[in-house]
Amino acid sequence: MDRPIRVLVAKPGLDGHDRGAKVIARALRDAGMEVIYTGLRLTPDQIVQAALQEDVDVVALSILSGAHGHLLPKVVDKLKEEGIYDEVLVLGGGVIPEDDIPELKKAGVAEIFTPGTPTGVTIDFIKNNLKRSL
Amino acid sequence: MELGKRLLEGDKRAAARLISMIENDDPEAVAILSAYFSHTGNARVIGITGPPGAGKSTLVDKLAKLLRKKDAKVGVLAVDPTSPFSGGSILGDRIRMSDLNLDPGVFIRSMGTRGQLGGLSKSTLGAVKILDIMGMDYILIETVGVGQSEVDIVKAADSVLMVMVPGLGDDIQALKAGIMEIGDVFVINKADRDGADRTKTEIEMMLDFSHGDWRPPVSQAVAVNNIGIEELTDNLDKHWSFMKDSGKLIEKRVNNSELEIIDLTQSAILKKMMGNDDNRNRIRELAKKVAIRERDPYSISQMVLKEMIVGEEGGVKD
Ligand code: B12
Ligand SMILES: Nc1nc2c(ncn2[C@@H]2O[C@H](COP(=O)(O)OP(=O)(O)OP(=O)(O)O)[C@@H](O)[C@H]2O)c(=O)[nH]1
Ligand SMILES: [Mg+2]
Repeated sequence: MDRPIRVLVAKPGLDGHDRGAKVIARALRDAGMEVIYTGLRLTPDQIVQAALQEDVDVVALSILSGAHGHLLPKVVDKLKEEGIYDEVLVLGGGVIPEDDIPELKKAGVAEIFTPGTPTGVTIDFIKNNLKRSL
Repeated sequence: MELGKRLLEGDKRAAARLISMIENDDPEAVAILSAYFSHTGNARVIGITGPPGAGKSTLVDKLAKLLRKKDAKVGVLAVDPTSPFSGGSILGDRIRMSDLNLDPGVFIRSMGTRGQLGGLSKSTLGAVKILDIMGMDYILIETVGVGQSEVDIVKAADSVLMVMVPGLGDDIQALKAGIMEIGDVFVINKADRDGADRTKTEIEMMLDFSHGDWRPPVSQAVAVNNIGIEELTDNLDKHWSFMKDSGKLIEKRVNNSELEIIDLTQSAILKKMMGNDDNRNRIRELAKKVAIRERDPYSISQMVLKEMIVGEEGGVKD
């Protein structure tokens, strides 16, 4: 069935840097995806409830506050609690040190995209790693 | 049908999945809606429309919160445009509703128009039924920001709330032809800005010229500060009472059902015609005859109808 990929773009925590999230939202839209942009300062619980109601394929988290080590795994855990982690690809992006990435991946974030990554790389990654068929 | 049972119990995940299935023309979802249709018709459906950026989403957020205080369950469908170029979209209405994410009595869904031009998506009516079956008392539909001809909301809602802002001036004149006529209740939002009173007077004057048994009330609001929301819900309640007491509600629902039947039948016919290669090729062959004037398109269309839609005994073809 031919359907658009649905992506929730969210910013967890008290982080006001929203340029990167907007750049990503636009890039994904231009790649033909339906992007639900939820704005700033959401808690992991709010993000997961929105993801559930929107029936998304991807949860894309943008974070530049330095609190990624705590917030990203929390979103993954809540998705598991709701029983939708098996269907949803979780991505992170923003200012995140290389050294922290292995730990985040172990926690269940599929990939991290740091500044300078061309958006095409993210788009290809999404298309190749969806957890449920289109 | 498992999904349908869960939906009836109010399961949000079932609702979310079914809306996607309806958006993607999944026949299983159609079968479920058909089977559970008798559980619809209980929700009050309110359309929220108006120009881009007027504050529709902010108003929906505040209306939903007020309704929740009265212990009503609220479903929200927020429609935003799909890009005709990429087929993608940015659905941003939820930004204004993030406090509602955790409320167990609220369900919010964003929808792209996916090529539909009337201000809604073609799946909006299906999504309304899904929220109705899951037990929502109110369903608020936010349309895309409208210009002049996006009036599909009248076909989906019991009441249409028209959101205006101060200083539309000449725009009101431009809007009046198509859009203004569909408002049952008017609100001038952003009344913290200059010109709100003048805009109110202009709209009141225009409405004085309209005829009918119902004169739309006009109020002011500052949605960001939660001001004017009580008066607005009072006006919506007045319209609802009028609709019920005058018999207009059932009349409107008959009209809307009629349009829906015509719509669904039309799509079904098109799908039968164009959904299979044999038929497409056949039409192409016939077109060649029409092009060289061997046959005329009028009799050919009758023939196509007989061949592809109506069976030998006059029944509908499989
Ligand atoms: C612009 C900026 C600001 C602006 C933000 C404006 C706005 N509305 O966004 C302002 C001036 C407001 C600001 C404020 C602050 N900032 Co500032 N800010 C920056 C700066 C210079 C650039 C960020 C930016 O917009 N880049 C452009 C965008 C397009 O890039 P991006 O966000 O990185 O996104 C790209 C990728 O990361 C990726 N991406 C991002 N998100 C996602 C998500 C997904 C799913 C994917 C796939 C990809 C992806 O794709 C994008 C496109 O390539 C950075 C430094 C830097 N060089 O990064 C500091 C920086 C982020 N800020 C920083 C700090 C500390 C602050 C303040 C706390 C400063 C203060 N003491 O007041 C405040 C906090 C504000 C707040 N409320 O949160 C620190 C963060 C340190 C940390 N993480 O440990 C940085 C890194 C500067 C530094 N080196 O110290 N800031
Ligand atoms: N000054 C003022 N600003 C308001 C008011 N209500 C909403 N806004 C602001 O107006 C902007 C648009 O509000 P939205 O609620 O997103 O408007 P909308 O009509 O849903 O917009 P679209 O869905 O994009 O058409 C936001 O920045 C709001 O904060 C108000 O009463 N006064
Ligand atoms: Mg909106």
